[in-house]
Order: sequence, then C-alpha cells, then structure tokens
Amino acid sequence: MADISTLNTTVAGFDAVSSRLASGPSGRKPRRMLSTRNIVLYGTLTVAALYYLLPLYVMVVTSLKGMPEVRLGNIFSPPLEITFEPWVKAWAQACTGLNCDGLSRGFWNSVRILVPSVVVSIAVASVSGYALANWRFKGAELFFSILIIGAFIPYQVMIYPIVIVLRELGIYGTLTGLVIVHTIFGMPILTLLFRNYFASLPVELFKAARIDGAGFWQIYFRIMLPMSLPIFVVAMILQVTGIWNDFLFGVVFTRPDTYPMTVQLNNIVNSVQGVKEYNVNMAATLLTGAVPLIVYFLSGRLFVRGIAAGAVKG
Amino acid sequence: MAAHAPTGRPNQLFRNLNAKIASIPMMLVALVIFLGGTIWTVFYSFTNSRLLPRLNFVGFDQYERLWASSRWIISIQNLAIYGILSLIFSLVIGFMLAALMDQKIRFENTFRTIFLYPFALSFIVTGLVWQWMLNPEFGVQSVIRSLGWTSFAFDPLYNPDIVIYGILIAALWQGTGLVMCLMLAGLRGIDEDIWKAARVDGIPMWKTYLLIIIPMMRPVFITTLVIIASGIVKVYDLVVAQTSGGPGNASEVPAKYVYDYMFQAQNLGQGFAASTMMLLTVAIIVVPWAYLEFGGRKRG
Repeated sequence: MADISTLNTTVAGFDAVSSRLASGPSGRKPRRMLSTRNIVLYGTLTVAALYYLLPLYVMVVTSLKGMPEVRLGNIFSPPLEITFEPWVKAWAQACTGLNCDGLSRGFWNSVRILVPSVVVSIAVASVSGYALANWRFKGAELFFSILIIGAFIPYQVMIYPIVIVLRELGIYGTLTGLVIVHTIFGMPILTLLFRNYFASLPVELFKAARIDGAGFWQIYFRIMLPMSLPIFVVAMILQVTGIWNDFLFGVVFTRPDTYPMTVQLNNIVNSVQGVKEYNVNMAATLLTGAVPLIVYFLSGRLFVRGIAAGAVKG
Repeated sequence: MAAHAPTGRPNQLFRNLNAKIASIPMMLVALVIFLGGTIWTVFYSFTNSRLLPRLNFVGFDQYERLWASSRWIISIQNLAIYGILSLIFSLVIGFMLAALMDQKIRFENTFRTIFLYPFALSFIVTGLVWQWMLNPEFGVQSVIRSLGWTSFAFDPLYNPDIVIYGILIAALWQGTGLVMCLMLAGLRGIDEDIWKAARVDGIPMWKTYLLIIIPMMRPVFITTLVIIASGIVKVYDLVVAQTSGGPGNASEVPAKYVYDYMFQAQNLGQGFAASTMMLLTVAIIVVPWAYLEFGGRKRG
C-alpha cells in the first residue's frame, strides 16, 4: 500500500514538474532565506522572545543555586553546582508565620479550592448559557446584560456585600463560601462563552428533540452536553488558570490555615523576618506557577481560544 | 425562541418553568450581587461606618476625606501614570509583535507560545519574579554594573520616584502576549485583497499599516482598549507582590487602598468611598464604549 501511494505521488509530482518545464518558469521567484527582511524580522522576534523567556530562565537558574552562589552576584549565570535543596525547602519547610511546613499546605489548599470551584462554576454557567441560548424567556436578556456589565465592575465594589451575605449564611471563611465567590465571578465570562456556543449549534437539533418530547434537562444532558466537549475544555482551562492564580478572593474569603497557594507564596517571599533566601523564594514561585504553566503548555491552541473567547465580549 | 413553546397556556409565569428554575443562580448573581452589591456599596459610602456598616449618614464626608488623603492622591497619580503608559505600550508592543507574526513566518506557534506564557502566570508570580529581577544588589542593575558601567542606576523598587515604572515593566511582560494575540486575530481578519490592492498601488508597507490596516482594525483596538483599561483599574496583586505598596507608600494603587481600609484599617466608609471612585473610573471608560458598541447597533 505504502509503496503504491508513494509511487502515485512520485508520478503525480513528475507530471507536475514536466508540465511546468514545458510551459516555462511561472509563479513567484523563490525568496532567499537570508534576505535583509528575514534577518530583521527573525532577529526582532528572537530578541523579543528572549526578553519574554528571561524571567523564567532566571527563576529556574536561581532556584537551582545554593545561597552562597546566589550572593556571589550574577542572576543570569547558570548554576555551577546544581542543587535541588531550595525546591525541597520551598515545598516542605518554608515558613509563614508560625507554620513551617512549606508550600505543600498551600498547594493542597489550592487543589481543594480549585476542584469544586471549577466544577460548580462551569455547571452553573453552562446551564445558564443553555437557558439563554435555547429557552429564552421574558427578562432573560436583561439579567444577562447586567451580568456582562458586572464583569467590568471592580471586585472591590462587590466584595464587602458578599462578605455580609456569606456571613449571614454562616459560610464566611469556609471552602463553600470561596467556591460560591469563584462561581459568581466566573459567571459573566463563562455564561457568555456557553451562550454563544450553544447559540451556534444548529437549531434543528433542538427542535427535533422538542418534537420527540424531550424536556429542558433531557436536551441539556443528552444533546447539548455531548456536543459541546470542546467548549467545556476551553472553559475548564479558563477556570483552572483563573482560580489557581487568584489572590484577592483567597485573602478576603479564607482563613490563614486555608490560604491558597498564591497567598501563602506571597507571605513566604515577602515576610520581613529572617534572612532572605532568594533561591528558596524562586523555587516556591516556580512551584506556584507550575500548574497554570503546565495547563498552558499542554493545552496550546485551546488556551488561546479560551482567552480570545474571554476577551472578545459581546 | 419563545415560539417553540406551545402557545395559549393560561399562565405565562409557568411557561418554560425548568429554564426559569435553572436560571435562578444567574438571576440571583445579576440582581443581588452585581446590581444589589454595587448599589449597597455606593449607598454605604455616604455613611461613617467603621468596623461594621452602620446607617449613619454623613453626606460627602468620606469623599472629602478621601481626596484630602495624600495616600489616595498618590494612588490616583500612580494609576494614571501606570494606566496611560501601560495602554500605550501594550497596544504598541502588542501590535508590532502581531504585525511581525503576521509576515507568514516559520515557527509561528513557538513564538506565540513564548510571548503568551507569562499571561498564564498569576500577578503574584509575575510580581515576585520581577522583584528579584530588579533587585539592586543582585539583579539587572548589578549585572550591568559588573559589565563595567559602574555608575549605572536602575533600582525602581527602592526608589520612590520611579517605582511605578518597575511595576509597569512587570505588567507589560505579563500582559502584552494577550494584546498580541487579539491584534493577530484582528490582522488575520483583514482581507488579503486589501494587501494586494495596496501593493498594486505601490504603497509602502508601513504606510499600508498606518493608513489602511489600523483604521480597519478599529473595533479590535477598541475592544482591546476596554479590556486593558478595565484590567488596569483592578491592578492589585501585582503591587502587593512586587512592592507591597512601598517604598513608603510610593506605589499605592486604588484597589490596595480599598482593601487596606476595608479589611485592615477597619474604616469601612473610606473603603466604600474609594471603591465607588473606582467604579466611577470604570464607568467613564466602559459606558461610552458600551454605548458605541451596543447602543448604536440597535438603532442602526
């Protein structure tokens, strides 16, 4: 099989070449690789890329040095002796206040916050988006408009009323409270995302299901959900990075023993007591950045799609 | 799509009941939190609440105190400098990178991945990395000095006069990738024929960009502008991580002012007044945009 197909393409290629030879040269003159234009173009892009990569490089390099070597001076020089001790220390021994069990505590807190927040916010927003796209009722668009305008309101304006509501419900400072907060603030963008996606699906499918007697939830679970896997992945990427990177809600809505990783990281690095251990700090910073970075590098184009959907509103 | 539902039912309220029930969270969030919460905060900014919100109205006292406070003035100045510069630089850098990326280059994916990865990182991580990069003893300043330029001075994080530029550098590093992506999407949306026509007419490339492409990309620019601007007003974590508002209070920003007064100084009224000012700033940016974008379309 393989042989025949190669043969075919070879023959086809040969035909094309011979016909072209017969009719003389045509098409654009092939560009030289090393034209001035290309040198300037790739040169600029490479310099810019190096600038963007520099902080990541510095983080990695610093986190692999011992403190004596860091004190010698150059943040850009590669480590002479690679040591993983700062990483171990950042993970298991770094101190915040009286606790000296490292960033691992913040990591697990963040995981405990992340999983329910992502699931609940996506579930709520996808159902809302579905209702908006396919089951419009009077006033629905009004609520949606408020939601979208709300996305621009600074969080600081709404934080205190939320504190009061959560306190009244008796869940201020708990994990449930924080999950609700993440669901609330993820809602505008996710609802928009899902609404636009569901609206782009062919209406005939929805109509057919209605005629067959399917109801609201049946259509959602058996038709919409299975057809919308890509958009769920996009929403998940958006939420995982967003919630993991959150700092403000973590500070306001949790207690010190349940602080998420970003808050704990900031407390470790910016603590005033003790000798500054820059290598441990950089290891801790890298550990905190690792989750969104991994999500980013694995998801590639979907991440771009997610932020584009998140950015281009309306 | 109301037409799908059987018509002639007696009660309109119970039509599509499931859809309405499913939308309850959305309605609650929109009404109670976004609308109610905002009104509540504005309302209480006219009281002298301290540790707990109290309905003891004092008129515009909190606002007078706010604008008399040097810390707030510094915050606003910082926000203005940071905001204007970060708008200009992120649009210029983002557009230039996008224009370079749009030259049918090889390794486009690699370059895009590199330019965009900082955007995946949190402001805390960004702030801490740049705190280290700009550390005067070990960072960029000391490296350049060790190369022989011993009088070189660049220590924004320890110099109150230029600290906001140190934060700007970090913010640009984090955010320009996103602008580049949006701009690239805009450039890709432009018809190839425009380029061909410009080439036929012998218009140089930079002129084509400046006089034809950029005016055509107006909607993309405006959307990007609104996104960056509403992000600028919210800037908080970056400052907390990079400088904690210091040295002194040279790098304070409004969002931090609000947080400190609400949750640390136990002066809720000040916090509410400051957050209302933030809301006003956003409204100044967003309302004209929303009017142009959505108001015009309905009539046209």
